[in-house]
Amino acid sequence: MNNFNTITSKVIPLPRNNIDTDQIIPARYLKATDKVSVAEGLFADWRFYPDGSPNQEFIINQKIYQNAEILLAGDNFGCGSSREHAPWAITGNGIKAVISTSFADIFKNNALKNNLLPITVDPEIHKSLLDLSEEAPEANISIDLETQKVFLPAGQEFDFQIDPFAKKCLLNGVDQLGYILSFEANIAEYEKTRKSVIIQ
Amino acid sequence: MNIVKPKTLFDKVWERHIVSEEADSPTILYIDLHLIHEVTSPQAFSGLRQREMKVRRPDKTLGVMDHSTPTISLLESDIIDNMSKIQMDQMAINCKEFGIKLYEFGSPDNGIVHVVAPEKGVSQPGMTIVCGDSHTSTHGAFGALAFGIGTSEVEHVLGSQCLLQYKPKSYEVRVDGKLKKGVTAKDIILTVIAKIGTGGGTGHVFEFTGSAIRSLSMEERMTICNMSIEGGARAGMVAPDETTFEYLKGKEFSPKGEEWETAVENWKSLTTDEGAIYDAQLILNAEDIEPMVTYGTNPGMGIQITESIPYLISIADPDSKVSTEKALDYMGISPGKKIMGHPIDVVFLGSCTNSRISDLRQAAEILKDRKVADSVRMLVVPGSQLIKKQAEAEGLDIIFKAAGAEWREAGCSMCLAMNGDQLSPGQYAVSTSNRNFEGRQGKGGRTFLASPLTAAASAIAGKVADARGYL
Repeated sequence: MNNFNTITSKVIPLPRNNIDTDQIIPARYLKATDKVSVAEGLFADWRFYPDGSPNQEFIINQKIYQNAEILLAGDNFGCGSSREHAPWAITGNGIKAVISTSFADIFKNNALKNNLLPITVDPEIHKSLLDLSEEAPEANISIDLETQKVFLPAGQEFDFQIDPFAKKCLLNGVDQLGYILSFEANIAEYEKTRKSVIIQ
Repeated sequence: MNIVKPKTLFDKVWERHIVSEEADSPTILYIDLHLIHEVTSPQAFSGLRQREMKVRRPDKTLGVMDHSTPTISLLESDIIDNMSKIQMDQMAINCKEFGIKLYEFGSPDNGIVHVVAPEKGVSQPGMTIVCGDSHTSTHGAFGALAFGIGTSEVEHVLGSQCLLQYKPKSYEVRVDGKLKKGVTAKDIILTVIAKIGTGGGTGHVFEFTGSAIRSLSMEERMTICNMSIEGGARAGMVAPDETTFEYLKGKEFSPKGEEWETAVENWKSLTTDEGAIYDAQLILNAEDIEPMVTYGTNPGMGIQITESIPYLISIADPDSKVSTEKALDYMGISPGKKIMGHPIDVVFLGSCTNSRISDLRQAAEILKDRKVADSVRMLVVPGSQLIKKQAEAEGLDIIFKAAGAEWREAGCSMCLAMNGDQLSPGQYAVSTSNRNFEGRQGKGGRTFLASPLTAAASAIAGKVADARGYL
């Protein structure tokens, strides 16, 4: 896992509520057995017309956002399926952070395991970011994970919360399975006390 | 005096699975049962290979193939495309290499993962159960803590039989009283989600309580727990009782003999203590619940079947208003119009929500000696091959076929449209599945979620119909 650096980017506004994982990546793109090729499925039904040509109206296709790394989405982002293909598709398109007023639990978990930073903000900050993206679409904002701060162009800034373990994992590239396995003695001890169904 | 703090069912199951707790870190939680399927597991196995690791407990892991499998036949030639074939083949290779029991495509025991594990007696009270699928919440019907995980976590469980988790909050959903005729478990959960919204349960685990829940069968409890995730809760639970024990007794993987007695004694302790406090609560009266239909593009956009589609002016929050407007536009429906009577093209009876034998029986009762409308295509997709066999033994397949419905092999089918079963752009469907998201059942397809009763009645009427006129 790569270490997580400061992000400075324009903000792609996608202020729809309840953007579910079927919108982020439709099920027909889940046939891959790798993590890379799913990138083409990102927002496929919004990004492309039925004939496969790109819908230039759709915000992510607009030229100005070509290299943007921050997505500003509506409430309850990532609800629905547990598919980790959703964060794979998002990061596969260069996006490193999603800002919303709330995230679905499984999506948030999956994002944090894939170097994608979900930032939860209150509705006022969300509104000010949305206003900024409308009034000054060229403006960059910066996200600093180390200090848990977001810097806006006019010198404004706000703090965000992240659980300390997830932060440590992102910053130091902690291998989470390796971390669990460092408790091998505890796991083995626990297993001695467990009696449950054996499927063979 | 020694005062023990009263605990919820969820507290008890959680605490029994703590392997380790460190400050400022998630709990290391032991997993009793890991279910896997072909779509969300291949990258996890690749990860294990890269690490040169084994699966820690293949004896606590069970595989099925359900998402990509065709339901038109059990022929490999009907697999929709080469990518799906490769994915299914890879599943077989992975299970063989790592020593995992697999019910593969074509096996008489295969079916939808959340249907197969319960009917085999693998899902049991008090367990922690995970699967790379959000509808793993289904197994909470047994008093298990069961939730969906991502592929990274699938790899964690394969490699360590543990997960890193923060303890969610608890949320009691109490339904008291007696359901009216023609009102089903599906209508209970669609009512709950309509009330709290698709994010209402985020960060929580539901426990469904109350006399209405107690009187439900295991299959009905599974329908309710299945859709907990549509209310934002990763898991939903029902405390085990005689109904649970009766269901499990004699199942293939249920404990036998003396072990059964010990297990039941243990399971009986899995109830919420008197005086335990939940972090949140919703109380409903069963008598107030009516057959429900969704009109929008998330499962929270549901109304009673006799109601009209809401006016935008009734929505206070501006963002919700915009989202609802977009949803109505996608659905091609207008505020103020009755949902009942809306013409439909397809009826889908199936999915991990409503494809069990009792669901098929309910629909068959309505379809008996009646015909599916000429304008409607109806698919009946049993949740497992065992259910298919059972239904055929009862002659339900004859009823469905005589009515003009398609009788299919088991699988996820049209619930998620990645296996050949799907809506065409613009088509309307009444579906017994769990998600009405844009394009969920096929690009441009439009879904009304409802119960098997409503689905069967609508198939006959050719439009959204109230099953109470057919009972």
